Amino acid sequence: MAAISDDLITQCMHCGLCLPVCPTYALTGLERSSPRGRIRLMKSVMNGTIPISHTFVDEMNFCLDCQACETACPAGVKYGELVESARVFIEEDRKSFSLKTFILKNIVVKKRVLCFAAATLKFYQKSGMEKAALGLLRLFSRGLYNRVKLLPRISNEFALDALPEIMEPTHPAEARGTVAVLTGCVMDVFYADINKDTVDVLLENGWRVVVPQDQVCCGSLNAHNGDGDSPKFLAKKNIEVFEKSGAEYYVINSAGCGAFMKQYGEVLTDDPDFAERAKRFSSKVKDFSEFLFQTGYKKPSAKIENATVYHEACHLVHAQKVSAEPRAIVKEMAGDNFCELNEATWCCGSAGIYNVVRYDDASKLLDRKLENIKASGARTIITGNPGCMAQIMSGIKSEKMDAEVVHPATVLNRLYKMGKA
Amino acid sequence: MTGGNVKKKLKEIFGTKNFLDSTEDRIAYSYDGTPIFSALPDAIVIPSSVEQISELMITANKEKFNVVPRGSGSGLSGGSIPSENSVVLLMNRWDKVIELDKNNLTAWVEPGVITGKFQSLVESQGLFYPPDPGSSQICTFGGNVAENAGGLRGLKYGVTKNYVLGFEVVLPNGEVMHIGGKNMKDVAGYNLKDVLIGSEGTLGIFTKILLKLIPMPSASKTLLGFYDSISGAAETVSAITAARIMPAMLEFLDNPTIRAVEAFAHLGLDTNTGALLLIEVDGPRAAVEEDAAAIEMICKKSGAKSVRIARDESEGMRLKAARKSAFAALARIRPTTILEDTTVPRSELPTMVDFITQTAKRHDIQIGTFGHAGDGNLHPTGLTDERDHAEIKRTGEAFDEIFRKAVDLGGTITGEHGVGLSKKKFFEELYDSPFIKLMKTTKEMLDPNCVLNPGKIISVSPRCEGALPKSREQIEKFTSKMDNPTEAYF
Repeated sequence: MAAISDDLITQCMHCGLCLPVCPTYALTGLERSSPRGRIRLMKSVMNGTIPISHTFVDEMNFCLDCQACETACPAGVKYGELVESARVFIEEDRKSFSLKTFILKNIVVKKRVLCFAAATLKFYQKSGMEKAALGLLRLFSRGLYNRVKLLPRISNEFALDALPEIMEPTHPAEARGTVAVLTGCVMDVFYADINKDTVDVLLENGWRVVVPQDQVCCGSLNAHNGDGDSPKFLAKKNIEVFEKSGAEYYVINSAGCGAFMKQYGEVLTDDPDFAERAKRFSSKVKDFSEFLFQTGYKKPSAKIENATVYHEACHLVHAQKVSAEPRAIVKEMAGDNFCELNEATWCCGSAGIYNVVRYDDASKLLDRKLENIKASGARTIITGNPGCMAQIMSGIKSEKMDAEVVHPATVLNRLYKMGKA
Repeated sequence: MTGGNVKKKLKEIFGTKNFLDSTEDRIAYSYDGTPIFSALPDAIVIPSSVEQISELMITANKEKFNVVPRGSGSGLSGGSIPSENSVVLLMNRWDKVIELDKNNLTAWVEPGVITGKFQSLVESQGLFYPPDPGSSQICTFGGNVAENAGGLRGLKYGVTKNYVLGFEVVLPNGEVMHIGGKNMKDVAGYNLKDVLIGSEGTLGIFTKILLKLIPMPSASKTLLGFYDSISGAAETVSAITAARIMPAMLEFLDNPTIRAVEAFAHLGLDTNTGALLLIEVDGPRAAVEEDAAAIEMICKKSGAKSVRIARDESEGMRLKAARKSAFAALARIRPTTILEDTTVPRSELPTMVDFITQTAKRHDIQIGTFGHAGDGNLHPTGLTDERDHAEIKRTGEAFDEIFRKAVDLGGTITGEHGVGLSKKKFFEELYDSPFIKLMKTTKEMLDPNCVLNPGKIISVSPRCEGALPKSREQIEKFTSKMDNPTEAYF
């Protein structure tokens, strides 16, 4: 049976510097909902003082795994690793059936099944069944109704199907090298256009782009939700597929996927066949904005024409420690229209599938985010993660705010086109 | 806690929602920022009015259970660690700034207001609250006043007590007392305000605090002095004092601390540096320039291999924030950091720093030292692992010597963290006995049943204290118990 590492637990010297940045501690004001408190509970479970109680499970799931505490922690406690291993520990102990685990293990990890599910959903959204179903649902369960309403529109055509596997740079004279792109699950199902924008921007900047057709889900949703095995299997598959692409860098436009793919080296560290390859793989993984900033990109001549803020996705700023790069790009694109968003590094409540499984808590965090957005007066909110986009957009829709949430790739591609027009 | 009747009564006072006694909640309030010490409370209560707190104290006296006040739980001497038979009184939701009086330059705050948040608020209005504890991002005013917290700006601006004009406090018997006011002068009666400030939660529970503010200095500058050896840095400190320059901040970091801080904050500090001084001067622009130039010269004369001036305010802020992280960052070297707080007259700083280095060597332990050099206030930090029982014991022995040496040099065992549990043994042993006797008399008079945070600073009547959290004296016993961790340690 898996255990929560005693070394990782002991690393916490309970100074409390994590408390002011923890969104769940801000909600309850209770120590047990803080990183420091949760680590103490893990310690107590591991040394047998308390069983895997209802409260323990609830606290581990209440955590967003946003890892803001890791950014704040001077002692370098790997909190994300701790809470994820606590969730694996809980799932292994659980005897009963969990719908969440079933879906993650059987639908999300299998791209074909996911596509089928997405196609069904698309038919449901388009056919008018949705309206009827939502109406009915609203009568029976307000909570479930709100969750279903969260769903963004399904993409008309998945980028993985629509794009050729290999694309040559727009201006052959400026060719610089080859990059491979992950289309992602959530990204491709809901935001296939962002994948197309990502590819366009890379091509415009002289990169030859490969979209490996056999790529699979990165495994992060499973890893964050207590599934210890599937992520390893998925990581190996992706390593094989991306190695074959011959690319120098793997450019990831979804913060959650990028964060996890940078961890493949650690995930497979005990696998003799894959440990080295996984480390090499992870060293090639770059977030879209990180990649552009580091390798240099064409500055668009056109600028965003209304007040713009940048929402820092947890899996970018906290998990990948990537903040200065996207900020610089956003500032470049917005020029004088850039304004600071208060609490920009606070979780919006999306947190993977958190907004589905813990809708009420997620909504409180979303409200806090929306208040800050309103105060900034922004009409363009830029963020580098599909989960954040869906979450903030759902809030903007329900509050009927006049604003759009966009990925930096989309904005950059738009500005390039405007510059040419 | 004695029986279901007390619990029932507490639920009546606070409401069921604000009474917590699940094992998980009790575990989550069994510790604070202090290493090694921990103990379970019987329950936690969350008050919403002064009357409730008053009623809690009356009930505690009647039913003979203990009350341990707590803010954010970031204390470093064990002040908010529960004793046996105790209820934790959680004040962190009392977080309103009640009034900011710009005509008198004062502010009324609730005890749960976070120091750093308050500082930002007043600074946005051109005002300044100077006391700046290392944990300012999370510590609360209740704790600041109870511990008489110091911090990074003590040298020029003083500590918490210099900025407390008055407060409302619930006394151990449940009475509510008001003391002080917005007057800059007030000599009516004994200065009992200063008896309660720094009482470490043993004499009263602050429910409302009146703070003094000053105008924000118009300019500031941050300098960094890099040294090959600790002694050069210590000499600089003496030389700055002798030159009659008063920096707002004069902080010292040794090599292990520099490495740990750099690993966390990535400031581009040279990790081969033997010691580092972080110096801030503030005031009118011209004076700042003059002082900065003079300090730069002194640093170089006393052996600094280089001196750097922070490019702008934001770099200065980042350097200060990094310095504040030092205590926790040291845990990157070894996970358990036993942080101490010895303070000596400034002229004795080089002697003390030297003694710490020698003592660490003699006991074969690792100590990282940083601190408020300008105040003579050092934080020698034992870098160890609570699971290594022998090393924990050696660390205890080394600090035993360090404390004694500090007192010999005319210094003190604690400059700003408080005595609490962690330094109690040394306090009673090393301090003048009439002083200890008067403290005990005061405690007994104000809290005859010894129900308010018993066993901290001094022992009055062990009968009511019950078993206290493990003290340093008991470390040996405690570590041998570690084989059965459920019994000794959560």
